Amino acid sequence: MTEKAHRVWSVTETMIHTSALTKHFTSRKSTVEAVRGIDLHVEAGEMVAILGPNGAGKSTTLRMLTTLLPPTSGTAQVVGFDVRTQPREVRARIGYVGQGTGSGYNQRGRDELISQGRAYGLDTDTARRRAAELISSLDLGSVADRRTSSLSGGQKRRLDVALGLVHTPRLLFLDEPSTGLDPQNRANLHEHIRKLRAEHDTTIVFTTHYLDEADQLAERVVVIDHGRIIADASPEQLKAEYAGDRITLAFDREDDAAAALPRLLGLAAGARGEHTGDRVVLRIDGGSRIAPKLLRDLDDAGLSVASVEIVRPTLDDVFLNLTGRSLRDAAAAEQPLTQENPA
Amino acid sequence: MSAPTSPITDTVTVFVRELRPVLRDPFSVVFSLVQPLIFLALFAPLLPGGLGGESTLQWFVPGIVVMSCLFATLSTGANLLFEIQLGSHERMLVSPLRRSALIVGRALKEIVPILVQTAIILLVTLPFGFRPHPLGALYGLLVLSVFSVGVGSLSYALALVSKDRHWLFWGVQQTLMFPLVLLAGIMLPVSGGPGWLQTLSLFNPLTYVVDAQRALFNGDLADPSVVWGTLASAAVAVVGLWVGIATMRRAD
Repeated sequence: MTEKAHRVWSVTETMIHTSALTKHFTSRKSTVEAVRGIDLHVEAGEMVAILGPNGAGKSTTLRMLTTLLPPTSGTAQVVGFDVRTQPREVRARIGYVGQGTGSGYNQRGRDELISQGRAYGLDTDTARRRAAELISSLDLGSVADRRTSSLSGGQKRRLDVALGLVHTPRLLFLDEPSTGLDPQNRANLHEHIRKLRAEHDTTIVFTTHYLDEADQLAERVVVIDHGRIIADASPEQLKAEYAGDRITLAFDREDDAAAALPRLLGLAAGARGEHTGDRVVLRIDGGSRIAPKLLRDLDDAGLSVASVEIVRPTLDDVFLNLTGRSLRDAAAAEQPLTQENPA
Repeated sequence: MSAPTSPITDTVTVFVRELRPVLRDPFSVVFSLVQPLIFLALFAPLLPGGLGGESTLQWFVPGIVVMSCLFATLSTGANLLFEIQLGSHERMLVSPLRRSALIVGRALKEIVPILVQTAIILLVTLPFGFRPHPLGALYGLLVLSVFSVGVGSLSYALALVSKDRHWLFWGVQQTLMFPLVLLAGIMLPVSGGPGWLQTLSLFNPLTYVVDAQRALFNGDLADPSVVWGTLASAAVAVVGLWVGIATMRRAD
């Protein structure tokens, strides 16, 4: 197959297609609506982050897509097969790196990789060769023949990724891949995921509650809150659409700040702003381009600006604008929404 | 890039995966022998002579062999308990391995440690005058293997039901273990006990397995207890595997 043919083919293939995918957990008298009607479409070659606070329904969605949980209602096709009626077909074609440690506590990494290869139908020689390849490409050479319980968190995580890749799946799911890793190991893991993407054109779907992770790694961010998709676009589009740059102007006098706000809002179409004390905060797209014009106008009006700061928006600003809550606060405060069952 | 597998390949994959840690750390098998060997060293000398018409060892050792199998297989679910808790079980559930293979492969692996354990017990007791009948002992091991597959499978099912509740697993395991051992007449003959206890022991499948082992190790190959022991082992294996597979299929 030529490079060109490969690309055309991969661009047009659907990897995930869900329709009104729903999961309710019922225990005693209460029902938790963990996932409330998700429509998700992922094409081959995409790198998608599912972002949301803890309890938003990210992992439940992933567990349905990987056949671990049967949906309450709705449908999901993964790599062309229905998760409910053709789970083995789905399992044979996807890779999965769960939240826990994928390798057995009393096993050796190399042994686990070989067993995993056998589980996916590789013959013993191929499984051995593939294990050696992955050990080398994920820098596990020094620890592959030790008991996995003696590995560090970063090494265990790389072994988990290796286990998910044994059969070279075209679609890889990662559930909170960098939770519990220090920044260095996280950066290292991101490097491996990017490499995988670049070398094999693997479709990657991962959940995260780290904004910077979604921002740096994904080309598309699906924001989930209370079991629903509330936004779905590239990080740049999300920021442009839902947040805008933040311009903070500090004035020498509070009166000047109060007088400046209406002028600024009149000048910058589409801007939102507020003033507190001697400061004015504006939210607007293309802040760095419009700032000089604003400063000239304020100067002409005799309002003296002491300092100006322009901050690019983060995905946290996006989440805040979408939900009225900061993602960091939401993660700590939110419980899954519960509702009394009428029965 | 994965290829279809057969149920047998799946079972072998799980079996080999389970066996590898045992082969790499053979001491783990010896470790679960400590308790049975303590009973052998410190309890056997307390038994009155002439039990079962033979030397005390001829009566006691077959029971200890069964006990060591029971101890090992009844607690084997603890491994799965850890795998459920840590995440490797979930990883295997997402693989195309058949659910039945995840149980059957594990349960079959139980045979290997019990063969090793029995060999060690025999080696230890031979110098003290224990004389197993070779053919009887071989058939006895076959019966024990079948029995262990069933008990191991039940232990795995218990682990699947317990999930993160370790107390539930160990509570049930400990609660079952000693009544089973005592009611099977492993430590002392049940025939000397009150009627209600003798009746209870008739409902214990382990009783029949122990009686069969005593007959087999002593060379009474035609004894009716051999037939009953074989049937009891087969019943435990069938029920155990059925419960184990059904529980694994419902696992998430």
